[in-house]
Amino acid sequence: MLDNIKEFASEFFVTGDPLIYGADVSIVLATLAIVFVLTYFKKWGWLWRNWLTTVDHKKIGIMYILAAIVMLFRGGVDAVMMRTQLAFPDLNFLEPEHYNQIFTTHGVVMIFFMAMPLMFGLFNIVVPLQIGARDVAFPFLNSLSFWLFFVGAMLFNLSFVIGGSPDAGWLAYPPLSGTQFNPGVGQNFYIWGIQISGIGSLASGINFIVTILKMRAPGMTMMKMPMFTWSVFASSTTIIFAFPILAITMLLLFMDRFFGAHFFTLDGGGNPMMYINLIWMWGHPEVYIVVLPAFGVFSETVATFARKRLFGYASMVFAMVIISIISFFTWAHHFFTMGSGANVNAFFAVTTMIIAIPTGVKIFNWLFTMYKGRISFPTPMMWTIAFIPAFVVGGMTGVMLSVAPADFQFHNSYFLIAHFHQVLIGGVVFGYFAGLYYWWPKMFGFKLNEYLGKWAFWFWNIGFYVCFMPQYLVGLDGMTRRISVFSDPDWTGLNVVSTIGAYIMGIAFLFQVAQIGYSIFRHEKDTTGDIWDARTLEWSTPSPAPEYNFAVIPQVHSRDEWWEEKERRARGEQPAQYGPIEPIHMPKNSAIPAIMGACWFIAGFGLVFHWLFFAIPGLIGVFICMFARSFSAHKAEYYIPAEEVERTEATLRGSV
Amino acid sequence: MADHNNAHNSHGGERHEHGSLKSYIIGYIISIVLTIIPLVVVMNHMMERTGTIIVIMVTATLQFLVQLIFFMHVRDGEQPRWNAITLVFGILILLTIVVGSIWIMGNNAIGMKM
Amino acid sequence: MAQSPAHGADHHDHHAAGHHDPQDLKLLGFWIFLVTDVLMFSTLFATFIVLRGGTDGGPTGAELLEINGIIISTFLLLTSSFTSGLAVLAMHQNKVQQMIIWLIVTGLLGAGFIGLELNEFLHLIHEGATLQTSAFWSSFFTLVGTHGVHVTVGLFWMIAIIIQIVRRGLNSDTKGKITVFSLYWHFLDAVWIFLLSIVYLMEVM
Repeated sequence: MLDNIKEFASEFFVTGDPLIYGADVSIVLATLAIVFVLTYFKKWGWLWRNWLTTVDHKKIGIMYILAAIVMLFRGGVDAVMMRTQLAFPDLNFLEPEHYNQIFTTHGVVMIFFMAMPLMFGLFNIVVPLQIGARDVAFPFLNSLSFWLFFVGAMLFNLSFVIGGSPDAGWLAYPPLSGTQFNPGVGQNFYIWGIQISGIGSLASGINFIVTILKMRAPGMTMMKMPMFTWSVFASSTTIIFAFPILAITMLLLFMDRFFGAHFFTLDGGGNPMMYINLIWMWGHPEVYIVVLPAFGVFSETVATFARKRLFGYASMVFAMVIISIISFFTWAHHFFTMGSGANVNAFFAVTTMIIAIPTGVKIFNWLFTMYKGRISFPTPMMWTIAFIPAFVVGGMTGVMLSVAPADFQFHNSYFLIAHFHQVLIGGVVFGYFAGLYYWWPKMFGFKLNEYLGKWAFWFWNIGFYVCFMPQYLVGLDGMTRRISVFSDPDWTGLNVVSTIGAYIMGIAFLFQVAQIGYSIFRHEKDTTGDIWDARTLEWSTPSPAPEYNFAVIPQVHSRDEWWEEKERRARGEQPAQYGPIEPIHMPKNSAIPAIMGACWFIAGFGLVFHWLFFAIPGLIGVFICMFARSFSAHKAEYYIPAEEVERTEATLRGSV
Repeated sequence: MADHNNAHNSHGGERHEHGSLKSYIIGYIISIVLTIIPLVVVMNHMMERTGTIIVIMVTATLQFLVQLIFFMHVRDGEQPRWNAITLVFGILILLTIVVGSIWIMGNNAIGMKM
Repeated sequence: MAQSPAHGADHHDHHAAGHHDPQDLKLLGFWIFLVTDVLMFSTLFATFIVLRGGTDGGPTGAELLEINGIIISTFLLLTSSFTSGLAVLAMHQNKVQQMIIWLIVTGLLGAGFIGLELNEFLHLIHEGATLQTSAFWSSFFTLVGTHGVHVTVGLFWMIAIIIQIVRRGLNSDTKGKITVFSLYWHFLDAVWIFLLSIVYLMEVM
């Protein structure tokens, strides 16, 4: 009996690596600490009522961002470990198998569980406020999306201590990810972590499209929407067309692994290359899904801090829409070397070059917006400025990669690694940081410390170039990705420099953590709700915004409505009156999303281990939750009385 | 409810059509005919391969349109018709997925035979 | 809850002041969901078409697929799509009983369709064609099965809606549910047309 348990445990838990034991201990200690703090301060009820069951888009956004920062830490630790190994390949800091797991989880965590939730966090916080709405179109579904993301992320991260991490690369190409070469449970964690969070992303995409199309304040036509909202719309459209492909691709890989089907196997008539074709049909639009909102953030910050209207609004909108459409026609450039012939490669090379054009248009628009502006340089603007050269260089190397014959040399080399890190960090991460710093006062009512923020900024930027510029060179010199050791001594120097850069970025992250920690206790309060003297409607509400966002829904006349309103007031006109305060119709909190998330977790965990006694009850639980919602949805609303709204407004505005 | 919908529809005469019994019956009959045509062609081997494929795809597409118009009332509703716009883009992506896969994987297969 | 219809009416009058008809939002949201579902099916179709040659020396579709049973299923589903439309028609005339009867007819036809599909699958498995046989059969069972799962989920969903209507009667909320459900059901019929064409007819021709 005891032996059986021991045997089970040695396979169930990941054993044998001191790094993982260390992680086990810290996870247990952190969990105990959280439980202790919540119990000691009697905060369990508060946590459940105010956060876990909330349907308020602002709180959901904050939860997304919190989770994304934790995941940024995890993915960052993975990166630093890889760089450490590559600087000293002979030390065997990581075994080759462990190295494979780490580059896999680094990629998955950074894209699915860092970039996506950070993006949805910003969507949630900003969009309803920017369009003058009280919430998203489907607040319940919004909460469910969050919980599906969260459960998917936790399931994926669990693989690291239970069962073993996936190790077939961030896109899990078969046959390596099939049962033949990968019999363990790691790839199952991969499939279900991504599948569950992917359903959440799809639902969020639908939610934001309907929100933007149907919930805009009166007077706000499509061409009067703030540019960030436009970018969310373009990104969400791309989500709803791309994520179904991912869902099915994951389903098919699951069928292969769970039921022994032959979609992507080497035997039985299957074709692994079909997987590569399908996953990139999702994968290429995915990079535009995450970068478009970053473009939206820059459009907001650049106009605010140059104190000018955004240059070329219509061309910006056009570029964004075109990018989201063309992004569906470039996928084969990820596998030029697969051998589909000159016609296919020529077509996809040309489409890839075309997509660079609208991106270039946007760069010029931002530059022209700054031209002759009265520019100030707080941290959000610094990230915006840093983005432009980083993205231009990253984009140019992308155009180099799009030349199909040349790609046969670049393919899977460190040149490619440097390219996509440059656009993903220089574009997406810089953009989301800019957004985070910019809207932080709106979320929490205070500004993050600028001094520490500038230190973090410079460490990030210097570390970024020190890390990735050498990778272009070492890639052109022939170093391929996904190797943990190399024999060419010429590569050592560049790899050591690159690793130093990675550590500098690690220090930059610590500065940001310190910045947040310090700012919680000592900060400049946002008393006006408009701390940056900005242009769009979210700044017309108090910071943080009350749960109903707007006591009275504003009437929109122009693109930069809040700026125009301030101009009108400066001319001595009366502040706009939008009518009397009425009772406000709000959705009630619901426990169903969190419970349904838990059921998905149980089901996913069971499917990972082929434990039907887990999977079936979990799935039944999911369906029970759906029916419970269907039967109770009509009771899930209430009204905030007008007097209460007036009281809240008086308190919030009274402090002005 | 229907009347209320009507009241706030800004487009005068045009409004939410829920279809009539007549439109459902017409849709049903056309669908049946469009199902039978390819069945007859296939079962009796009336055409060679390419011709049959064309008949099958054309009748299927027509029937899809019939369902959209007579059953799903895609033409109704408030302007702008976001549902129809989404559908058009969805079909563009649908064709990309199917035709693109066939094209890329077909060329791949040729490459492998050489 | 007695006031809720009154509030419903309120919403329309104040549309310009930023109120939104929840049924309008749900209908658009559901349309978009259906488009995403179209893309899920098109990914499955693309996989089926690419892998249809991959029979690995085993049984082919032309050998095992029986078109006669499929013709019956096709007409069952087509008719159920029609009857679900009749249910919506009855709903707009506020004929609750008639509507429920049409829904039940729809459900029975759908259940018949599922029964025939299960029967077909069992027959194929008996003949030696399973999910593990070859790439062709893997993609066949996954594509047809995914549609079958959709129909089955639709049946349970319909039962849940009927129970709610019996309990709460027709109001804007339950009417919205019926409208959305009927869209879903028509959509499943539309998908089936392409299954019939691309999987069955093109395989046996």
